[in-house]
Amino acid sequence: MKLKSEQALELDESHVTVGQSFCDDPKMTMRNVDVFYSDKQAIYDVNIDIAKNEVIAMIGPSGCGKSTFLRTLNRMNDTVEGCRVDGQICMDGQDLYSPKLDVVELRARVGMVFQKPNPFPKSIRDNVTYGPKIHGLADTRVDLDEILEKSLRKAGLWEEVKDRLDQPGTGLSGGQQQRLCIARAIAVSPEVILMDEPCSALDPIATAKIEELIKELSQNFTIAIVTHSMQQAARVSHRTAYFHLGKLIEVNPTEQVFTMPKHQLTEAYITGRFG
Amino acid sequence: MSDSKTLIKIQHSLTQRNRAEARFHWYGRIAILIGLMAVALLFIDIVGKGHGAFRATYINLDIRYDADLIGIDNLSDTEQLSAGNWQALPKTALRERFPDVSSRRDKRRLNNLLSNGAGFDLKDRLLASPRLLGKTESVWVLADDDIDTYYKSWLDGNAYEARLTGQQIQWIGELHEQGSIKLKFNSNLFNRGDSREPEQAGIRGAAVGSFLTLVMTLMLSFPIGVCAAIYLEEFAPKNRWTDFIEVNINNLAAVPSIIFGLLGLAIFINFFHVPRSVPIVGGLVLTLMTLPTIIITSRAAIKSVPPSIREAALGVGASRYQMVLHHVLPLALPGMLTGAIIGMAQALGETAPLLMIGMVAFIVDIPNGFSDPATVLPVQIFLWADSPERAFVEKTSAAIMVLLSFLIAMNTTAVWLRRRLERRW
Ligand SMILES: Nc1ncnc2c1ncn2[C@@H]1O[C@H](COP(=O)(O)OP(=O)(O)OP(=O)(O)O)[C@@H](O)[C@H]1O
Ligand SMILES: [Mg+2]
Repeated sequence: MKLKSEQALELDESHVTVGQSFCDDPKMTMRNVDVFYSDKQAIYDVNIDIAKNEVIAMIGPSGCGKSTFLRTLNRMNDTVEGCRVDGQICMDGQDLYSPKLDVVELRARVGMVFQKPNPFPKSIRDNVTYGPKIHGLADTRVDLDEILEKSLRKAGLWEEVKDRLDQPGTGLSGGQQQRLCIARAIAVSPEVILMDEPCSALDPIATAKIEELIKELSQNFTIAIVTHSMQQAARVSHRTAYFHLGKLIEVNPTEQVFTMPKHQLTEAYITGRFG
Repeated sequence: MSDSKTLIKIQHSLTQRNRAEARFHWYGRIAILIGLMAVALLFIDIVGKGHGAFRATYINLDIRYDADLIGIDNLSDTEQLSAGNWQALPKTALRERFPDVSSRRDKRRLNNLLSNGAGFDLKDRLLASPRLLGKTESVWVLADDDIDTYYKSWLDGNAYEARLTGQQIQWIGELHEQGSIKLKFNSNLFNRGDSREPEQAGIRGAAVGSFLTLVMTLMLSFPIGVCAAIYLEEFAPKNRWTDFIEVNINNLAAVPSIIFGLLGLAIFINFFHVPRSVPIVGGLVLTLMTLPTIIITSRAAIKSVPPSIREAALGVGASRYQMVLHHVLPLALPGMLTGAIIGMAQALGETAPLLMIGMVAFIVDIPNGFSDPATVLPVQIFLWADSPERAFVEKTSAAIMVLLSFLIAMNTTAVWLRRRLERRW
């Protein structure tokens, strides 16, 4: 019985992503994307659109390529030795991997929040204002302070840190640090924010705060979030994408994925049969 | 599987493990004890031998600044001044102290009580206050090194008489009874350059030479080393070439320093015709020697910066250069500085390569710049240790003490700097 079900979960060779992977007014589009680490392939032929102001969640078993997928969207993979990306990834119709594009500009437009909170070992103020400073977004100190306050407010951190802006960011609690990192990311006013398991190092209360934040941010930003928690995906995202062994299996509106998954692998995963 | 059986087995192995651990602790303690004892022995030996050098023997004489005696009539005529018989001043005063001495041989022996630099000290005194000319003044003048050796050993209770005659010993005894001979702080040791006469020899020349050479070394090796490390660590592609370079840097760190001396001789002196014996060439050679150390420690410091910080910087859109300059460098700096200071400490103690490029020459003048002939502290120690005069024994130890205190000062600075820079967060 068990053996039979496992056989049923085998991937068919000519796989096509099921569900609604495309949309009318996409912010980002990916077509036939393959990613290789040296000669090991991590992502196979992914096609997907990310709509404007949507929150899209990536779920899937460990090692299935969620982080790799996410990091192709701001070319963070460039820093990995031997990593190669094939296919086409566009933002607003502009090819992200064309030689004409400047990664620095791209990363200003596509911000990133990492799994482990990684504030700079500098003051809270410097953490948030670093991005605006290097991009020349503020001409005066007053402007900079305005960005600082606005970003910290959006990240829901202002009330907690407004009296200690010059203290080290590394001295905050884990959840506060993660919100600081979010503030740092939104301080450069990106169009898209990528989040790679932003809550995996946090307790439930801090997690709830961040989720609240994501919902609010989705009014202004497009958000792609990788998560291991299906509840989290269900709570914050509009659409959910399920990855399996480097392949994009299913993309559908979140309620549908969690209530009526189309693909048997997705079903197996959300019912906890593996992962 | 009964639980109690496992428990007994665990307890059995536990006693064994604890015993092994205790043994291991003791090995460590013994190793540290041996190390400490070696250091203590070294210090006791050096301080025991060298502490005497910080004081020198002086004889009190009533000096009359007699222009005729010196053979001058005009204090502003430099030619006259340098031709003057200055040594006549202390000699005459000493002879007046012992009027009975009449034979030529005895007179010469009496004169031998004095350092032959004593006259020049008096010249400096007179030039500093010219109104002394024609007047008489009670002055402590420097004694000869043999007298110094004898007097110190005699005060310590085991007189070393080998180089003196009975009569000289008697004169010293008389002077001692009159309170006219005593040990005073040896300012020459810190104010003068090298000399053939031990009582006039000082380490200032070598110390200044060391300083200039180190400044040269630091100015060259720190920026070059740090730039090389940053390039290799952050920008260079990882391919066969950079592997090759990495292996060779590690090899270079293991090359005996005398080879660098030969290299410096061949390249800087014979090919580029940089003058010998000058701090520039010393600095160049020591740069070659310390570069691998600095590159290796700087790379280690850069590597130890967490990758999450780099990702954070790149993630907000910093360019690679900004990431390095704003985030990696500040975090790596303490490690780099420590590496640089360790490299400098090595360079400060280095002798062999400097022998090859002529910094071993006998140099009396204190160097005034990077292109003046100079020697350095360890070479000075080597030269003094090699001198036959007994008085140089304590001088050697004193110079070692000075060198060691420089080293300790540098290492303390390294620790302090590290703490200072790290404490920021
Ligand atoms: N730097 C790298 N070099 C080589 N292979 C890598 C590298 N990073 C990831 N991989 C491989 O690529 C595949 C996908 O990894 P990825 O990190 O994207 O998985 P993930 O879905 O994020 O997993 P997790 O949920 O555990 O974070 C894995 O098989 C992994 O071993
Ligand atoms: Mg991941």
